[in-house]
Amino acid sequence: MSVQQRDAAIVGIHEFPSRDVEGELSPLHIKAQSASKALADAGLTWSDVDGIYDAGEGGASGLTIAEYFGLSPTVIDTTNVGGSSYQFHAAHARRAIAAGKARVALLTYGSTAHSNVARIGTGGRGMGGYPADNLESFAGLTLIANYAMCARRHMFEFGTTSEQLAEISVATRFHAMRNPDAVRAMEDLEFLDIRETTVDDVVNSRMIADPLHLLECCMISDGGGAVVIAAPDVARDCRHKPVWILGTGEATKYPEGGADITSSAAVQSGPIGFGEAGVGPDEMDIAMIYDSFSITVLTILEDLGFCLKGEGGHWVEGGRLRFDQPSEGPALNTDGGGLSSNHPGMRGIFLLIEAARQLRGESTAQVEGAKLAVAHGNGGMLGSRHSAGTVVLGGD
Amino acid sequence: MTEPTRPLPNFEESDTAPFWEGTMDRQLRFQRCNDCDTVIFHPRRHCVGCLGHDLIWHDASGQGTVYSYSIVRQSYHPFFRQHLPYVVAWVDLDEGPRLLSNVVGIEDPSSDVHCGMAVRVEWEPHGDYAIPLFRPL
Repeated sequence: MSVQQRDAAIVGIHEFPSRDVEGELSPLHIKAQSASKALADAGLTWSDVDGIYDAGEGGASGLTIAEYFGLSPTVIDTTNVGGSSYQFHAAHARRAIAAGKARVALLTYGSTAHSNVARIGTGGRGMGGYPADNLESFAGLTLIANYAMCARRHMFEFGTTSEQLAEISVATRFHAMRNPDAVRAMEDLEFLDIRETTVDDVVNSRMIADPLHLLECCMISDGGGAVVIAAPDVARDCRHKPVWILGTGEATKYPEGGADITSSAAVQSGPIGFGEAGVGPDEMDIAMIYDSFSITVLTILEDLGFCLKGEGGHWVEGGRLRFDQPSEGPALNTDGGGLSSNHPGMRGIFLLIEAARQLRGESTAQVEGAKLAVAHGNGGMLGSRHSAGTVVLGGD
Repeated sequence: MTEPTRPLPNFEESDTAPFWEGTMDRQLRFQRCNDCDTVIFHPRRHCVGCLGHDLIWHDASGQGTVYSYSIVRQSYHPFFRQHLPYVVAWVDLDEGPRLLSNVVGIEDPSSDVHCGMAVRVEWEPHGDYAIPLFRPL
């Protein structure tokens, strides 16, 4: 077991409350508003920031956002690996702070995917821009079908059922109904019949891409947020108790070479992150897992070692992922997740934000005395090329 | 109004052009490293198994198995939305490469496609080129 390092902490958070900006705000507007509120949450200000982390839009994005914020940072990182970019950013920020290259790192995200009518899930145009696209785009693979193929193979190899996958959607919605921002999100995005759901509700919802049903798929919202990560001496003087970054892991995986799509790059990133933190998955009070789809969560829970590969279906049964059953294991996505609260395309930053809320005792589905959390992002497409970022967090 | 068509690749894209040229002869081509035998797919200029660049194109038999699949029931793409429901699949060729394609020639996708099912390539012509689709053996 490694010696736990407390090199950097989350000291400021903000989740942009609206999921439908009706075309009146840009991603940069959302980022700047979120950044100023996260800095205020920390008790810091713009001039304290010397590191900027943002997954960017277009060329020279690091320069663009630094100027837009009016900052002169000495560290700029525009790593973009899809939805887990913010786990990578947290890992990089911690390293830069530990190396003495930065003291206050600002992570930002903003997206108007809903206002832009971005048909992320069913547009059928793939992710675009990959060299492999020229051999894949003719097949009409939707993003949902990409994940559905993971679910299908998981069912084939391990006997996993739709009812078991539905448990993830049910637990997430149970938490969303306690989060006023999530309820408003579902109202603004015109969800039908907004309420707690049952396994039957999920498996009886419309099939989008077999075997994934509508209620196993995330929403497409507008939104964004910001996270402030600071050095220990700065963190001690901030408004809230620090939430320490105890360990991080980063990994990628591709379809080449007959890769097993029932497991993800989390198999690689998880042990690195937990190993560095010197704690195990069985000690986690909170599991913030990227829930683009039900199968994403099931796969990653197994890959992170909450249970053995193939046993996830049985493991999630009986509502054990709910926040009010903490003796059963970690509470999953207590903000309502991408399935029922917020998914503007790259949700990774919200995993950090809600994990920090839990470790501060501020969640709307608070686990009493929560001390340890894992925030695991998955970027790209689970069934083909994807990235994994594991961040293990601890309370003060 | 022209009918929407299947999205076609750029047949002249430099890394994949030899693959698409192979389809003119209804050959399914893939690369293997002449130095270390690693199968390279998607096509590239360098080996990912060793530091070599001597990649040789081979013709696959066209036979493989369905590794996994999904039945797409919702798509906003102007072509594919007219063909709902349709089957997308990862097909493992007997020689090693894994292709993304469609399984065609089936009555009922809900019952007639399975993981591990044996399939064979079937060509959909587009001018001189052709798109590799798969049909149950």
